[in-house]
Amino acid sequence: MFWNSFSEFLAMGNHGVYVWGSFGVMAITMILEPVLLIQGHKGLIARLKREFRAEKSDRSVERTTPFAGQDRQ
Amino acid sequence: MSNKLINWFKFASPQAFYPLAGRMIPWFWALAALFGIAGLYIGFLVAPTDAQQGEGYRIIFLHVPASWMSMFIYLVLAFWAGLGLAFNFRLSGMMATALAPTGALFAFLSLWTGALWGKPMWGTWWVWDARLTSELILLFLYVGFIALQSAIDDPRRADKAGAVLALVGVVNVPIIYFSVKWWNTLHQGSSVSLTKSPSMATTMLWGMLLCALACWMYAIAVALMRVRTIILERERHTDWVRDELTSKE
Repeated sequence: MFWNSFSEFLAMGNHGVYVWGSFGVMAITMILEPVLLIQGHKGLIARLKREFRAEKSDRSVERTTPFAGQDRQ
Repeated sequence: MSNKLINWFKFASPQAFYPLAGRMIPWFWALAALFGIAGLYIGFLVAPTDAQQGEGYRIIFLHVPASWMSMFIYLVLAFWAGLGLAFNFRLSGMMATALAPTGALFAFLSLWTGALWGKPMWGTWWVWDARLTSELILLFLYVGFIALQSAIDDPRRADKAGAVLALVGVVNVPIIYFSVKWWNTLHQGSSVSLTKSPSMATTMLWGMLLCALACWMYAIAVALMRVRTIILERERHTDWVRDELTSKE
C-alpha cells in the first residue's frame, strides 16, 4: 500500500472526481439492480399467491352453494 | 443416451431450472463479493501509479470489466436467443430476456466510466470515434431488444422477434472489439489481448482480471434472479407454479 493519507487516497492525484464519479455510479447501479429484482420477485410472488387464493375461494364457494358462479360470465 | 445428457435436458425445463437457479444465486453472490473485494483492494490500494496517467488510470478497474461484460453478455444473449429460435426451448428465450437489462447496464457503465476517464486524459467527455460509437450502438441494441420484446404481448412471439434482432446485432461485437485496430481512434489499444502478452504491470493486470471476474459473477447472479421472476410470470398458469407457491403457506 502506498497511499500516505486517506485524503491523498480520496484526491486520486487530482482525478478524484473522475475516479469516484465512476466508482460511485457503478456501485449504486450494481446495488440498485439486485434490490429492485428482489422487490419485483417478492411482489410477483405476493400477487400470484393472492390470485391463487382468490381462485381457490371462488371454487369452494361454487362447490358449497349451487348456482353461485352462474351469474359471472 | 447417457445419463449426463438426460440430466442436462432436465434442467432445460423452467420447472427444474427454477429451484436450481435459486440454489445457485447465493454462491455467485459470494464469489462476486470475494472477487470484487480482492480486485478493488489490489486496484485501489496495491497497484502502482501509472507513469503516464497518474491515479486517474484507476478507472480501468471499473471501465474494462464493464466494457468486457457489455460485449460478452450480448454474445451470451444472442446464443440463447439463437438456441430458442432454432429449437424452441422455452428457457432459452427467458434467459435472453433476463440478460438484456444487465447487459444494457454494463454498456451504460462502460460509456459512463469511459466519459469520466476521457475527460481528464483526452480533454473531452465524448468523441464520435469508432470504439465509442460502436459501444453506444451496443447500448441501443440492448435497449431496442428490451423495447421490442416489451411491445409484443405474446412472450413466445416476443422471443422470436427479439432473437432476430439480437442475432443481427451480433455483428457489432467484433466491430467494437477490433475498432481500435481497424480505425484511427482516440481510444487506446487493448491492454490485454489473446495474442500478445499484456502491456501493463502484473498487479494492475491482476486487479483488472479480479474485477472482471467479480462483474462476471455479479452478472450471472443477477441474470439468475431475473430469470426466476420471468419463469414465475410466464408459467403462472401451470400446476407446478401453483404448487410451488401454495405449498409453502
